[in-house]
Amino acid sequence: MTVVERREIALVDLLDRLLAGGVVVKGDITLRIADVDLVRIDLNALISSVNEQVPSPWGDSP
Amino acid sequence: MSGLRYVYAVCHPYESPLQRQLSGVSGAPPKRLTHHGLVAVVSTVPEHEFTEEALRANLEDLDWLTATARAHQQVIDALTAVTSPLPLRLATVFRDDSGVRSMIEAREEELRRVLDRLAGRVEWGVKVYVEKPPESSDDSRAGRPPAKAASGRDYLRRRRDQTRAHDDVWQRASEFSDRLHATLSAFAEDSRMHAPQNAALSGATGRNVLNAAYLVPRADSEEFVELVDREKDDVPGIRVELTGPWAAYSFAGEFSEDPGVES
Repeated sequence: MTVVERREIALVDLLDRLLAGGVVVKGDITLRIADVDLVRIDLNALISSVNEQVPSPWGDSP
Repeated sequence: MSGLRYVYAVCHPYESPLQRQLSGVSGAPPKRLTHHGLVAVVSTVPEHEFTEEALRANLEDLDWLTATARAHQQVIDALTAVTSPLPLRLATVFRDDSGVRSMIEAREEELRRVLDRLAGRVEWGVKVYVEKPPESSDDSRAGRPPAKAASGRDYLRRRRDQTRAHDDVWQRASEFSDRLHATLSAFAEDSRMHAPQNAALSGATGRNVLNAAYLVPRADSEEFVELVDREKDDVPGIRVELTGPWAAYSFAGEFSEDPGVES
């Protein structure tokens, strides 16, 4: 497959899948990460923290 | 105290070893734990990072979240090279190996069913962005130089076209996304919509209007990629991004209430 370059995966694309996808099994200790609302809140918190950081840690390198 | 067991994925048994030097979350190498003919891929993580309280705080720590997500993905990626893993949600943790075995026993039937469903499939991500319309896009699209208006009427038309271009872009983007999604869904075995990504989080330019995942047989991947390439055209103001192939993350958790999947 040559069409797609294997660039570094963007963190947001990864989080779409790792926080909202994947099989949810009840771990012994796992918090309710299955709760998407909680995840959204976490991400909102992240957005504000990102804006204060330079440079954006998930920006594509040139 | 030997630490906790972090579980990345459940797989059918696979022959090839994972690449050497692979390190998991918190740095420990992933290992296989076979039980009832299923393989859980696990590594040891320090307990103090994964108590409920710590985890809650860590999820809001960007550095921790980034490192953990990337380490998780690296292991899944390595597995994807040798099998079709069933990825688990981030931060699924057990006290010890026997906890992992109990989980496999309790969920064995469902795990097998989903594993069979995902065997030989990968996931592709397709995103559509609307960008700001370029100046004089109508002129350049028609292959004309932005020449002086031949008449006052032409001038007015051009002005009107320009101010309308922005609204048109949204309309076009919406139609384009619907069409693209219909075409790709018809090719793929299944599809899932993710929420549009926040530009502040993604750092991407333009507004994300479609964020979809498609389940495609590995063998058909090249054709799928070509299909996306063909469909994305060169519509002014609209950008299409393709990511993958991913392990079938977006299709791993939603088969529980869907017993009648046709094949």
